[in-house]
Amino acid sequence: MAKDLVNLLADLKEQEVIKIVQDRLNAKEDPLKILEDARKAMEIVGNRFAGGEYFIPDLVYSGEILKSVTELVKPKLTKAAESKKLGKIVFGTVAGDIHDIGKNIAVFMLDVNGFEIHDLGVDVSAQKFVDKMKETGAPIIGLSGFLTLAFDSMKETVEAIEDAGLRDKVKIMIGGGQITEDVRKYTGADAYGKDAMAGVALAKKWVGAK
Amino acid sequence: MEKKWEDMSPDEKQEARFQKWLSPEGVKFASPEAEKLYKERATRIKDAIQMKKRPDRVPVLLIPSFFPAFYSGLTPRDVMYDYEKANNAWKKFYIDFQPDAHFGCVAPGPGRFFDILDYKLYKWPGHGVHDDTTYQCNEGEYMKADEYDAFLQDPTHFFNTTILPRIFGALEPFKQLPNVTTVNEMYGTGIIFFPYGLPDVQAAFKTLLEAGSEATKWLQYFMAFEKEMPALGFPSGQAGYTKAPYDILGDTLRGTRGIMTDMYRQPEKLIEAMDKMTPFWIQKGIIESNMNSNPLIFLPLHKGADGFMSDEQYKKFYWPYLKNILLGLIDDGVVPFLWAEGGSNSRLEVIQDLPKGKTVWLFDTVDMIKAKEILGDVACIAGNMPMDLLTIGTTQQVKDYAKKLIHNCGKGGGYIMANCAFFDDVKPENVRTMVEFTKEYGVYK
Repeated sequence: MAKDLVNLLADLKEQEVIKIVQDRLNAKEDPLKILEDARKAMEIVGNRFAGGEYFIPDLVYSGEILKSVTELVKPKLTKAAESKKLGKIVFGTVAGDIHDIGKNIAVFMLDVNGFEIHDLGVDVSAQKFVDKMKETGAPIIGLSGFLTLAFDSMKETVEAIEDAGLRDKVKIMIGGGQITEDVRKYTGADAYGKDAMAGVALAKKWVGAK
Repeated sequence: MEKKWEDMSPDEKQEARFQKWLSPEGVKFASPEAEKLYKERATRIKDAIQMKKRPDRVPVLLIPSFFPAFYSGLTPRDVMYDYEKANNAWKKFYIDFQPDAHFGCVAPGPGRFFDILDYKLYKWPGHGVHDDTTYQCNEGEYMKADEYDAFLQDPTHFFNTTILPRIFGALEPFKQLPNVTTVNEMYGTGIIFFPYGLPDVQAAFKTLLEAGSEATKWLQYFMAFEKEMPALGFPSGQAGYTKAPYDILGDTLRGTRGIMTDMYRQPEKLIEAMDKMTPFWIQKGIIESNMNSNPLIFLPLHKGADGFMSDEQYKKFYWPYLKNILLGLIDDGVVPFLWAEGGSNSRLEVIQDLPKGKTVWLFDTVDMIKAKEILGDVACIAGNMPMDLLTIGTTQQVKDYAKKLIHNCGKGGGYIMANCAFFDDVKPENVRTMVEFTKEYGVYK
C-alpha cells in the first residue's frame, strides 16, 4: 500500500492519491508515514524532472497534489514531523525584480529534498540577505532573477556579503531566465543552476549530501 | 480593374499588404535620402520574409524595452509619465543606431492612465517598483479555476463584470453591470439599466472617462511618432500584436500555476476557452494590420518554451491553437512576426508545419544552426543575439557572435539579425556594434 501512494503520487494521479490518503487516515495509520511516502514520491518527481521525463507543469502539479495531501494529513498530526534537515538555505529574488515563479519552483524542490529554506520573497535588498544570513547562519544563499537588471543586483548582493565579512562562510548560487556562466562570473557567485533540480544538486554537493 | 479583396489569394493579399507598406500613404519623406532608405529597408525585410528573392544584406532590427530611456539618461518612470520625453528618447535611439525598422514608442505606456484606473495587474516604475526598473507583472489567478463556464458562456460580459473589476481597482463597481444581451422588448428594459444609476457605478464611469482622455492624450504622441519615423526613413516593424491562445489564458487570466494545473484537472475546459478566444485575437491582428497599413503583427510567445511543458502537452495545448491564429492571419495576408521567448530547441520540428514565406520567427535561446536546418525552407528566422553579451559582453564578443549568426543563418537570405529579448540597460556600444557589424559583414555578394 505504501508503495502505491509513492508511485501514484510520482505518476501525478491526483484522485487516486487523495483516495489512498483518506483510506489510510481512516485506518488510523500514523500520518507521519503518509508524509514520508509523499516525500519519497517527490524525490522521484525531482529525478524524473532532472532526467528530462518531467517538465515544469509536472513539478507545479505535483506541488498542488502534495498541498492537498498535507491538508488532509495535518489535522491528524499529533506531533510535529521530525525530519533531519540537510542544511539551511536563504533564498530570494534580488532587488528590483519581482519575478517569483522560477524562485518558487526552486524553493519547493529544495524544500522537498530536505533543506530548510528561508524564503525572503521578491525584490530583496542586499542588506536583507546579509541580515538573514547572520540570523540563520545558513551556509547557502540562492539568488533568483529574471530581468537583466538583476545581474547588477546579484553582483551587489554578493559584494554586500563580502563587505559583511561573510563571503568565505557561504556558497552562493544564482538562477533565472537569462543567467549564463558569463553572468555567474560577472556577479561573483559560486555557481548557477539552469533549473530547480540543478539547484538541488548544487546544494546537496555543497553540504556533502549524496 | 483591381481585384476585390475577398477574391484575392492569401499570397496576393500578403503582397498587397507589403506594397502598401513599401509606399506608405500620406508620408512626406524628410529628404530623398530618407525615402531611399525607407524603400531599401522595407524591401530588405520583405525579401528576407518572403524568401523568394535574396535581400541585399541581412536586415538588422532592434526591439528595445526601456533601453532608449536609459540611453537618454532618463528613468523608465520618466518615459512612462512624460510622453514627450518618451517620444524624444525613442526618436534619438532610432536615429543614433539606424536599425532597419522602428518598433514605435508604445512600450512604456501611459503611466497616468494606469494610475487613474488603479491597475492591479502590473507594478511599474514609481508604482510598486523603483523608478529605474521596468514594469513587471503581478502573477495571479485573475480568472479562477471554476470560472471557465462563465467565461465560455459570454466572454465579453465576463470581462466587463469580472476581469475588469479585478485588474482595475477603479472599476470594481462594474461587478454590478447588467448583461445587455437580454435587452429585448420595451417591457423590462428599464430594469436592466438601473445599475448605471448606482452612485458607485457612475463614479467608476467618470473615472473611466478620465482614463480615456489620458489614453487619447498619450496616443497623440504615439501616432505622431508613427508618422514621423517613416518620414525619417524607418519603416514600422509592427502594426500591432496578438498572442497564442495558451498564453492569452495563462499570462494574465489563469496565471502560470493555474493554467499548468488546468492541463491536468480540466483540459477540456482549457481547450474550449482557447478556441473561444481565437477569433477575437485573429481579428485583432487583422484590424491592427489594416489600421496601420503594415503586414507585420507581433506575437510574443511565452509559456510554450522548452521545459515549460512536455512535447506532448505542446502538441496538445499550445501549437494547434497558435497555428489556428497564424493561419487565420496568413489567410488574410497578415505576416505573423513571432518572438519565441525562452528556449525553442524542442519545438522546431513541430512549428515547421507552416506555409513557406509567411512568418518570421525571432528566437531567444535556440540552437540557431538547427533552427536554420529545420525551419530554413519554411520561414525567415531572426534574433538570438544573447542578452548577457549585450549587457556585460565586449564589442569583440558581440562581433564574433554576430559573425557566427550571419554565417550560420544568413545563407541565401531568410535571416534577420536582432536582439534575443527586449533589452533595458545594456551597453550602447554593444548595440551599435551589432548594427554596424551586420551592415558591413551581412552584405550578400
